[in-house]
Amino acid sequence: MTTISAAATREAYPHALMQLVDEGVDVVAIDADLSASTMGFQFGEKHPDRWYTVGVAEQNMVGIAAGLAAAGKTAFIASFAAFLPGRCFDQLRTSVAQPRGGLNVKAVASHGGITVGEDGMSAQAIEDLALMTSLIPFDVIVPADFEEAKQAIVAVGKTTRPAYVRTGRPKIPVLYDSSYRFEIGKAHQLRNGTDVTIIACGVLVDIAVKAAEVLAGENISARVVNMSTIKPIDREAVLAAARDTGAIVTAEEHQTTGGLGTAVARVLAEEYPVPMAFVGVDRYGTSGKWDELLEYFELTPARVAQAARDVIARKR
Amino acid sequence: MGIIGGHAAAFTSRVSGFRLTLVPGLLRQRLAAHGCTLFFVATAVSSPHSIAELEAIAKRIRAKIVRMVYTAQSGHPGGSLSAVELGVALFWNHLRCDPANPNDPNRDRFILSKGHATPFYYSLLAERGFFSADLLEGFRKLGSPLQGHPSMGAVPGIEMSSGSLGQGLSFAIGHALAARLDGRDYRCWVLLGDGELNEGQVWEAAMAVPHFGLGDHIIAIVDRNGIQNDGFADTIMKTNPVEMFRGFGWHVIECDGHNMADVERALTEAEQPHERPRVIVAKTVKGRGVSFMENNPGFHGKAPTAEQLEKALAEIEAGL
Repeated sequence: MTTISAAATREAYPHALMQLVDEGVDVVAIDADLSASTMGFQFGEKHPDRWYTVGVAEQNMVGIAAGLAAAGKTAFIASFAAFLPGRCFDQLRTSVAQPRGGLNVKAVASHGGITVGEDGMSAQAIEDLALMTSLIPFDVIVPADFEEAKQAIVAVGKTTRPAYVRTGRPKIPVLYDSSYRFEIGKAHQLRNGTDVTIIACGVLVDIAVKAAEVLAGENISARVVNMSTIKPIDREAVLAAARDTGAIVTAEEHQTTGGLGTAVARVLAEEYPVPMAFVGVDRYGTSGKWDELLEYFELTPARVAQAARDVIARKR
Repeated sequence: MGIIGGHAAAFTSRVSGFRLTLVPGLLRQRLAAHGCTLFFVATAVSSPHSIAELEAIAKRIRAKIVRMVYTAQSGHPGGSLSAVELGVALFWNHLRCDPANPNDPNRDRFILSKGHATPFYYSLLAERGFFSADLLEGFRKLGSPLQGHPSMGAVPGIEMSSGSLGQGLSFAIGHALAARLDGRDYRCWVLLGDGELNEGQVWEAAMAVPHFGLGDHIIAIVDRNGIQNDGFADTIMKTNPVEMFRGFGWHVIECDGHNMADVERALTEAEQPHERPRVIVAKTVKGRGVSFMENNPGFHGKAPTAEQLEKALAEIEAGL
């Protein structure tokens, strides 16, 4: 997989909303004073009648979205992942997740993980997946590049379930072109392998591919799976990886508790235990450029490759 | 909506129990082709009930409330009894609703933001005909649709899941924006408690309603009974709803929440067009109608004994 250019996953948001409107979906979108960052304003410029900004008031934003959904709209809300769900979890639970098995509200949170960069730890979200996977009816998706983000937002816009899509701030390598077909709950294998599988999401997918290239130089054959849907997780892809390669590393820009690693571990524990290692972020951060922070938190090809070697050594 | 059904994305106005709906242009042309000229259709919003009729209904609802809480041996009688007159006048004379067609897209929405007042809410809905009063027996019991706090869609008439306080006004804004986008004229009536006003989200929503100009679609009602879970509101967290809502750009209408005629006056005034959104701040008494529950923080969330039930029912019947 060669990378030809770079784009931020958050940039996909307004394009996906415009596509949904063009396809007849009755979208109403709300921002909470971060629309220049979530890119929601671009949708607002195109469809001013379908876009609201509620000021710095995330709880109100969620409640308004729930009311819009109850009245038949497909309601999108956007903010930073630190505040959505961080500032409005109870509203997501009581006003969105619980009524009628889940109202038609889609939360698209930008600035996920630590690659927010210079804003520091309060703006870095390493808890959002744990929170959102705990809300029963929500689909939870972490796209790995612009194209996948666009398709994922369109896909959730066409269901009636609530969903959480996490996008990111930095321009990251493009992995897919328009021939790619994203499906909710379906993993995508980027590289086949026989000795170990690296299951990653978001920014870590490209890093996992680079780790596999490092391992290939040592005659270690690593499969790389992009598990963009954290919930519902693609059980078949996890089990196939376990059976075919006998060892799994998960890699995510999130705590190792409550995110991708936890979801994968559960499938393995239930059906096919194999040695497993978790790469993630288990401490609060600091300021820095996004790529410096990836080094600081050791979200690097080198660390993922080392986790793969370690887990292979634990195979029986 | 009379002969034009639910399609009228049209100008409407209400005059004392009637609503005038402008017949849409296309339909007007069709009617004209048949030699019929029709510009407005007048439909009864509801047949106005007299104060005496409303008071009789209020008595029945009070009795249901104390019976439900007694049968369940749990629940919230105090903040249910304080809201009775507000709910009865609203549901019988003002709220545009049809229990036989509870999902009519043009219905007014009643949103119970103070979700713990389910003995009041379920009694009101049953008495108004949304579901059988037999269901009230199951309140708070395993398998009953009538949970301790409202669950949207569990029975007809429940517009929103609530119980975690402070969320109703935001939900109403969503419904109101949708109404405006879809050209519908329904209103959202939101009933809040005064303790609930401690929640910051209420004020996020309170500033947004005038900002978005939603006064034609949202009317808020505060049941100011002066007692919250831990005690008297003035000692737990003092609020001044009148000044606070005014400061947020609302037109405040005060009333005696247990004087049916005064409640009627306030609801009617709230329906009149005004440059600001309207909120009714109703002075009420927690536990109203039952002497030992009145103004007693102990009955915020406590059930009566068998002996207390008999006394309560006798007092309600006597209208003390």
